Amino acid sequence: MSSALFAELAYWQQTGIRVGVGLAAVLLVAGALVYMHLFKAVSFMQSRLGPMEAGPYGSLQLLAEVGKHLQKEDIFPRKADRFVFGAAPFVVLASTFLLVVVVPAGPDLWFVDSELGIYLGMAVSSVSVLGILMAGWGSSNKYSLLGGLRATGQLIAYELPLILAVIGVVIQAGTMNMADIVYAQANGEIFGLGIVGNPYILTQGVAFIIFLIAMQAELAQAPFDMPVAESELVTGYMTEYSGMRFLLFFIGEFATAGVFAALASVLFLGGWYVPGIDPSANIMNVLGPLVMLVKIVGLTFVVFWTRFTMPRFREDQLQRLAWKFLIPIALANIVVTGILKVTF
Amino acid sequence: MTAVSSRQQLNYIAAQAADARVNLEIETEGMTLNIGPQHPATHGTLRIVAKLDGEQVIAADPVMGYMHRGYEKLSEVRTYPQVTTLINRIDWLGSFANEVPFILAAEQLMEVEAPPRAQWIRTVLFEMSRIANIVLFLGDMAVQVGAVTPIFFAFRDREHILNQIEAATGGRFHPNFDRIGGLKDDLPKGWTVETKQVMKKMRSFCDEIEGLVMGNEIFQARTRGIGVVPPDIGLSYGLSGANIRGSGVDWDVRRDGTTGAGGLVHDELDWRVWTHPDGDSFSRFWVRLQEVRESTKMVDQLLDGLPSGSIMAKVPRIIKVPAGEAYVETENPLGVMGYYVVSKGGLVPFRVKIRSASFNNMSITPWLLTGVYVPDIITILGSLYFILGDIDR
Repeated sequence: MSSALFAELAYWQQTGIRVGVGLAAVLLVAGALVYMHLFKAVSFMQSRLGPMEAGPYGSLQLLAEVGKHLQKEDIFPRKADRFVFGAAPFVVLASTFLLVVVVPAGPDLWFVDSELGIYLGMAVSSVSVLGILMAGWGSSNKYSLLGGLRATGQLIAYELPLILAVIGVVIQAGTMNMADIVYAQANGEIFGLGIVGNPYILTQGVAFIIFLIAMQAELAQAPFDMPVAESELVTGYMTEYSGMRFLLFFIGEFATAGVFAALASVLFLGGWYVPGIDPSANIMNVLGPLVMLVKIVGLTFVVFWTRFTMPRFREDQLQRLAWKFLIPIALANIVVTGILKVTF
Repeated sequence: MTAVSSRQQLNYIAAQAADARVNLEIETEGMTLNIGPQHPATHGTLRIVAKLDGEQVIAADPVMGYMHRGYEKLSEVRTYPQVTTLINRIDWLGSFANEVPFILAAEQLMEVEAPPRAQWIRTVLFEMSRIANIVLFLGDMAVQVGAVTPIFFAFRDREHILNQIEAATGGRFHPNFDRIGGLKDDLPKGWTVETKQVMKKMRSFCDEIEGLVMGNEIFQARTRGIGVVPPDIGLSYGLSGANIRGSGVDWDVRRDGTTGAGGLVHDELDWRVWTHPDGDSFSRFWVRLQEVRESTKMVDQLLDGLPSGSIMAKVPRIIKVPAGEAYVETENPLGVMGYYVVSKGGLVPFRVKIRSASFNNMSITPWLLTGVYVPDIITILGSLYFILGDIDR
């Protein structure tokens, strides 16, 4: 948040506002994604209507679902490791909320304006692995354990191409500060043409595609949904969860999709920047979040479109894709970017 | 004297014991994974006890019988027309096909033959129940591999077939339409025209599945070379239907039937038996897809050449089957299905032995699942295509 706005407020008041806005930013976006993609877009792809009864055009269905889950009994399996089992969803969700901290949505709309923004983001995004492993182990269920181990292997494998893809952007922008990456894209030009700036999807197209694939895997969406493969592992590490804790996992899944899409839109699509408006103008504090939302919805649509079309890879096949295919290409991309950066 | 205190001694012993325990634990021991009876992939109540080493299966043991309904025994206390109500429920996705071999066996014992029109309509419904059954397999196989959308397309397009079956017989799932000596009713007006349009839709559905599922690289990576059944092994386990044709064995009871599929008229049609040499999950899928196409062509030909005349032979009102034995098998959607009917004369059969395809198809699973990975269990089971009612009867 803007420092000018906060000059008068006490520290606890600032913190309260940050927490409130952070919760709203994550939960509203996650809810919008669930409704638009999971309930509606996918239903239309599968020649059905989706929810139609709760509210106009089924728009209140999400509230009904949340209410249903909140009333359910919070079941702990008898042999579960109670503390680990209970804490796991919160660890997963914490990772998402820490990740949103680094994403700027306007010239003055940020939680932390860190010089190491994207570095911090990549670091905290790995915390969710811990939560998933905790869920898989704590459930004392063989399906959960298999799912947790698969998820851990997969998330660690795909963290590398994700980070390597980001490094290309960092080299080209010359900064790790998320807001500065947006300005670099807005003020950049390709071969002297600066009409649309230089959104890095144009010059870092390879990195963008690697980022999308790795993001799909980090979110454990098909074709990389081996950890939760519903036709063999029931729901993987989430099998034993019910009620509110299942809801937390569910929110975590969609909130993380939204946050990763926000990261991708900042890194590759110019963040809150739209051609024609100065990105540091005051009006962008109002328009910026809307622009970001449009980009997030567009990117997550690609994620869920893929998810509901593709069959899933087997564990060894998806590891092979990461280590033998994505990582070498990402490394080559870094080398080429570095050479071009020095030459031009 | 450096005496070791008893406390130190105890600590030392405890450390030794802990080391020994760790060594024992690190030596990997197998894990027994119990898949089913309630599991999304078994679509029903099949249970597979798999012994795993990591994610690799060392031994797999299918446990059947959770849905045993005792149809063979129940048939002994029901009159011949009543038995068809039961056996409709064996393979519930292609119900009409279950009635045909039993009725043919009874006709063989009574020495009656259905009039030509009844035989042709019987063949039409027989092939349509095959389409209704296998269309669902084509969508379901994609679900087993992880793509959720094709099953919705399968349900959507199967509805056309079920509507036509309902229009002709009055029952969507369980027509109970076949009678000893013919059929219950003639076809309604305009049925042939509508059915031909539906067949066109089914062919376009096959094209859709071919592009969406079969052509997908991930689907091919998951199914090619997985679950390979060599022809001799498949034959020795009694595989039939598309499972054995997927291994390159050119055998189809509709064409090669010896024990008299006299009530069906496949001989008079122009069609071919598809085989695939690979024997893996993909080839079983491929063969079934081709079979649906072939069946739609057969239905078209049958409707073009439908003879006129009666649909019921002269059969007494109260059916008494003379003493004797008959075995008739037909090529059902899931494979070869046969009924061995023993009559001692009278209203009820003395013994009915049902040879259902899925029971034999499942018997290969211990051999086939050994050494595969856990995700492949699901695709192999999916490609073998069993229906629980057909396994347990």
